[in-house]
Amino acid sequence: MSNNRTITNLATLLMVGALIACGGGDAGEAGGEAGATGGDEAASAPVANAGTIMGMVNFEGMKPANTPIDMAEEAECAAVHTSAPMTQRVVGDDGRLGNVFVRISGAVAGAAGAPSQPVVMDQIGCVYTPHVVGAVVGQGVAFKNSDPVAHNVQATPQLNRPFNISQPMTMTSAPQRFSTPEVIPVRCSIHGWMEGFIGVAEHPYFATSAADGSFTIANVPPGTYTLEAWHERYGVMTQEVTVEPNGTANVTFGYSEGMAANAVVPMGDPIDPHNHTAEEIAAHRAATSQSQQ
Amino acid sequence: MIERRIVTGGAIAALLLVAVLLPSPVAARQDHPGKAPYDKWCAGCHGVDGQGEGPGAAYMLPRPRNFVQALYQVRTTRSGSLPTDADILHVIDVGMPGTSMPGWQTQLNRQERNNLVSYIKTFSRFFETDTPDVLELTSAPRRSDELIEMGRESYELLECWKCHGTTGRGDGQSAPTQEDNNQFPIRPADLTQPWLFNAGATVEDIYRTLRTGLDGTPMPSLEDALQGGVVTDEQLWGMAYYVLSLAPDQPVIREVIEARLAENGLPASPGDSAWNAIDRFWVPLSGQIIVPPRWFSPAVTGIWVQAAYDDSEIAFRLSWGDRSRSPDPVWADWRARVTEVMAPHEGDTAMPAAGPVTDESATTAVPASPDAIAMWFPRSLPSGMERPYFFMGNTRVPVYMWHWNSQGEGQEMLGRGPGRIDPLPGEGNGLVSDAVFDNGQWSVTFRRPRVPADSANAINFVAGAPIPVAFFAWDGDNGEHGTRGALSTWFFVYLTEPASAALFATPLFATLITAGLGLFVVGRAQRRDRARNGGGT
Repeated sequence: MSNNRTITNLATLLMVGALIACGGGDAGEAGGEAGATGGDEAASAPVANAGTIMGMVNFEGMKPANTPIDMAEEAECAAVHTSAPMTQRVVGDDGRLGNVFVRISGAVAGAAGAPSQPVVMDQIGCVYTPHVVGAVVGQGVAFKNSDPVAHNVQATPQLNRPFNISQPMTMTSAPQRFSTPEVIPVRCSIHGWMEGFIGVAEHPYFATSAADGSFTIANVPPGTYTLEAWHERYGVMTQEVTVEPNGTANVTFGYSEGMAANAVVPMGDPIDPHNHTAEEIAAHRAATSQSQQ
Repeated sequence: MIERRIVTGGAIAALLLVAVLLPSPVAARQDHPGKAPYDKWCAGCHGVDGQGEGPGAAYMLPRPRNFVQALYQVRTTRSGSLPTDADILHVIDVGMPGTSMPGWQTQLNRQERNNLVSYIKTFSRFFETDTPDVLELTSAPRRSDELIEMGRESYELLECWKCHGTTGRGDGQSAPTQEDNNQFPIRPADLTQPWLFNAGATVEDIYRTLRTGLDGTPMPSLEDALQGGVVTDEQLWGMAYYVLSLAPDQPVIREVIEARLAENGLPASPGDSAWNAIDRFWVPLSGQIIVPPRWFSPAVTGIWVQAAYDDSEIAFRLSWGDRSRSPDPVWADWRARVTEVMAPHEGDTAMPAAGPVTDESATTAVPASPDAIAMWFPRSLPSGMERPYFFMGNTRVPVYMWHWNSQGEGQEMLGRGPGRIDPLPGEGNGLVSDAVFDNGQWSVTFRRPRVPADSANAINFVAGAPIPVAFFAWDGDNGEHGTRGALSTWFFVYLTEPASAALFATPLFATLITAGLGLFVVGRAQRRDRARNGGGT
């Protein structure tokens, strides 16, 4: 019994320690034994001899076509888009992959802390903008509804607390904070096609690849790190990178078509009730109006 | 020394990893006083390991809670926050009406239930690091028409109807796409049946649900909108009262459906306002789980039944909530998803018998079926208590059935058992049906001469005798067809005979005679008494 309790207490302590270590950098409570993560000064002090990671995400093979979104039921959202709105599952130029969230995983000596300003994930024209937003552990993430229609933000993390908040009209939410690094899917229950992701990182050393596959992580303290790349359809890749003082490290991630088969797709396929042909729906409407007495 | 530190560091790192990966310290659970009642009463659905995957889980929608996720619908706390102990105890006590979770207040004593609360929390590491963020819930203002009207406007403005529908039947345009946090399909609540609300149906319960949301489901919390000044607390109370105003009181289930004599003729169509004056009786239905293919997730929860008759005919109106007019292509994905997740997969048309699924579309090829309803009677009035087998009869004693579906007319059938339904032989008995689908509700009328032409196979609707009747409902877009659907037990239809003048006059006459006789006897006795006393003085 007492043994059990000791083990429990020890485990609890270790776990709390682990969480604090993970959530370090942002607040004073990270002090104490977690000396390796730097603590308060590092949060505000400029990083000495900082280097830069410049990267490229390549893609080999055929990309599946994104599907058009039928926004007929939300005329106000549809009006925002100048061209036909499409899902954002796989984007990028030929041979490149965009919307890949890249971060340094693990400890970074002398890491800067979480910015005090929240990042904003916007909902414009019934689409999350940006599709992938990055935030540091402890940093606020505010959800903005720029549309004149109701949205709800249903976040379904595994390691952080899931929540679901309503944004019935144009407004910005109070910032939500996350304690543990992970990529968190976000969706709107009212509009089945809306999906976005929040990449939560230990430190402010992350970036999302642009359509041309490029990304840049600046102000990185010199050192050797594990760089982790995540894509919603093709999964996770890691590689080691060494940042020299005041230097620039060049990295390349090579995704390929076949990786989709083994990747964990966090949200499954999007559910769009309107992914039926116009003929199908017209036929149903005709049938129902005929037999309606 | 340095080496040792590295080794220790490595060990700590490894332990840290283990501690983070493990849901919670396992050792603490073995001696926990909540373990025995949990393993006995809860593990069947929630699993011994608390992951919500007990043997019963695959037969339930919504699925049982996964206690490792610590994701609780009914709370007094902010969305994303843990529940309080009192919140967990509350759900254990009263259960969750719209789900398979019963209340345990009468089954387990207070100590056992408290132990369960504490034990359930050991499954999740979140309870070791997070504390509940309790919301300050206000108390209910007095119900008023103004408040309800304010609530109606808010329901409109905040677009609750997108999921719950304009008349609250859970048939909003976004209803077919709903899924919970674990990607299981989930239905928006039918607001006209508050007795099935997961989080309870008092005005306080509904207000709390609006403030906190139902975490793990698509129902969001309005707390942020409240704090952001987009909605007021009074409007939330208004919405709670408005939601209650959409529903009747919880119906009392009676075994006898009374049919009254319609003195001004029978109502003509399902929309005839004459139906409004006729009593309605609630017939609850449950999933058909007797013969395979069974169905544990029926969409139709019950039917309102009304009946009236005149000299020559009898008419029934059956009304029930159904979120779609099947088969509706917008609901095709729902049909595929619900069929895919519900065990047992008996009779799934394209489900391979064994082995891995090779063709993804094979698992989801569920036939697109219409909505349908059936009601059946014995072929003739039973002389004693003996009735045919309640579920569509059997070969020895068939039942006489009326069957309607949304792609055709009502038909007279002969039921020889579950799934063994054939058209009634011969010319039929003049059954007429009519149907209207309106905002998530079917209303279907059946009308037939009381005396059948085919007296061998069809019931004679005589007045003054209880006539057994049972029901079955199918929602095609919920993957229901054949023996998959919702079933009732036997009820009775009773054609009440109009009370004749003699019925009232006889007791009155008897009372008067008795009273008169009494007065006469007492009076005579008193007179005699007085005479005798008078004579004595």
